[in-house]
Amino acid sequence: MALIETLRSAPLLGKALGGTGRQRAGDAAVAAAALRSDRFRQEREGDWKRLDGIVTRLERGSLRRLADEDLLALPALYRTAASSLSVARETSLDAATLAWLEALVQRAWFQLYGPRQGLGRWFARFLGGGLSRAVREIAPDLCIALIVMVAGTVVGWLLCASDPNWYFSLFPAEGDPRVPGAPREVLLHSLYGGEEQSGLSAFAAYLFSHNAQIAILAFALGFALGIPSLILLVQNTANLGAMLWLFHGQGLLPDLVGWLCVHGTTELFAILLAGAAGLHIGRSIAFPGERSVLDSAAEAGRRAATVMAGVVLMLIVAAMLEGFARQLVTDMSSRFTIGGAMLALWCAYFFAFRRNPERLQ
Amino acid sequence: MKLSLARNRTPRPLKSRVRTVVTPEGIPLNFTLATVGARAGALVMDLFLVGVAMVATTLILIWIAGGVFKLGPAASRNDALGHALQFLFVVWMAAMFLLRNAWFLFFELGPRGATPGKRASGIRVAARGGDRLTAEMILARNLLRDIELFVPLTFLAAARGGDMGGAGIAAAAWFLIFALFPFFNRDALRAGDVIAGTWVVEAPRRKLARALSAPAPLATAAPPLPGDGYRFGDAELAIYGEYELQVLERVLREGRPDAMHAVYARICAKIGWQAGAGDERAFLEAYYTQLRARLETGMRLGRRKADKFSG
Repeated sequence: MALIETLRSAPLLGKALGGTGRQRAGDAAVAAAALRSDRFRQEREGDWKRLDGIVTRLERGSLRRLADEDLLALPALYRTAASSLSVARETSLDAATLAWLEALVQRAWFQLYGPRQGLGRWFARFLGGGLSRAVREIAPDLCIALIVMVAGTVVGWLLCASDPNWYFSLFPAEGDPRVPGAPREVLLHSLYGGEEQSGLSAFAAYLFSHNAQIAILAFALGFALGIPSLILLVQNTANLGAMLWLFHGQGLLPDLVGWLCVHGTTELFAILLAGAAGLHIGRSIAFPGERSVLDSAAEAGRRAATVMAGVVLMLIVAAMLEGFARQLVTDMSSRFTIGGAMLALWCAYFFAFRRNPERLQ
Repeated sequence: MKLSLARNRTPRPLKSRVRTVVTPEGIPLNFTLATVGARAGALVMDLFLVGVAMVATTLILIWIAGGVFKLGPAASRNDALGHALQFLFVVWMAAMFLLRNAWFLFFELGPRGATPGKRASGIRVAARGGDRLTAEMILARNLLRDIELFVPLTFLAAARGGDMGGAGIAAAAWFLIFALFPFFNRDALRAGDVIAGTWVVEAPRRKLARALSAPAPLATAAPPLPGDGYRFGDAELAIYGEYELQVLERVLREGRPDAMHAVYARICAKIGWQAGAGDERAFLEAYYTQLRARLETGMRLGRRKADKFSG
């Protein structure tokens, strides 16, 4: 390739070989150029500028206004420019031209090898198997996170059982009627008193925003070897344990579980995934195995990011359930049905749905 | 001894930020890592734009709510006004969440791979080692922005007002660890880049400059070649190398008369010429063209001369 390029830089041979898109009008200037490297440049400038135009339009995102022949010519033009660059590096000392050509080839390379997938296509692949595969790939971390969450709940319960003052340190919210020693009616009302509530959509939006930020935090903290992610999981589930303990004291445990599980199966599952994703990154940094830490972290990061996109989606669903379904459905068995169905749905989607997303391409 | 000392004094292009990536075609491409300063500038600009967008969204929504907004308690009533306000609140929550989390995502997934701030700084995101940049990478590097920036800053803002002395120090330390992270690794990666497998490189937008050695394409009939009047001998051209040629090119492109005169005087003193005074540009263009011709001929034959000290 390089040899042919060099040969082409001689004007006569170049004509014999027949370059692509050479400018006739520039021939006089080509003949007048003093240096061989300038002739080289002038002969190819038309192609380079055409590539520049195409790439500029691609960068602006105006793909639709791009003519078909331009799009078809792009790979060939890119390769021509790339080989021109490698020839020019060996034969030309025109620093400005070299720098421009180098930048041009880089820009074209980004367009050709960039994220050409588009958000829509990515999302289709993501839902069509990418997410569930990523979740299955972090299965060991999922188990660890699940154990930690269960342990956190138990710890929360036991702490409150040993000393009710713990409840106040776990739930510092003031003005909440749900405190130790609260009468049964108050607690019961907080579970089934949703009929007169309105503002549900606003409530759902707030819940989603809040929970999503917590989940992102749990994921991002995985960077510190995953330990803060686990702490966050323990802290959140200890709250859960404390609440379970409180309602158990009034014999309302099944009602509370029903109240929680409408959205809780989805939300806790999402938090579990977020914590596991964080742990996955932490583990890959702490124990990279044979690979370098950077490679290992990058690979784990991409997998965990896919999981996190799923977590955000799940939290939207959870907020809908929490904002609407929980307040509107006040019957305990219906609540259990909804919660259980959601859990079964998620499990089936993540673990039984084994489709290869690459096939969609 | 004198020579080696002089060599050390020669300014050299900063190579430490250049990373070479071999494309699938087998062409090595040189990427220049963005400086931390450029990235910080881009971040500040982006945050400013996000802030402006947030304030603007809020103001527009308040404006839409208009007089309805004064009826605050209506939000909890199940009438039309309440529903309208609720809807506006939902829109506001969604907009704030998206602006905080999706601003960077949206722009970095675009064909330029850069947020408005990054574009203004002439930098972009790329996959480390020349892989294809994927949506997952962009997602990962931006999810981590939360702990690198937003969370510690929120803590700091909260700690400043109250009695959270210890928490404030912890938040500051947290913030500094992540803010200084790029200084302590070879590729100036921030934590998000480590996780995502990306780096941030310079993406300069250049214009193709005229070749100094060739006549301008639109010149009138029979343009004189630069340097028609001056012919330099081989010995007079042999003293300089590629580095000096590039300096000369830069001086000619900048075209500052005082700089050109200084360079002209140096060259004349070196080669012992008197001609060309008052006609520095033509003289320098001639010298540039002929020096380049000589050096490029040498290159083709496999002889390169890096600078005036090399043989």
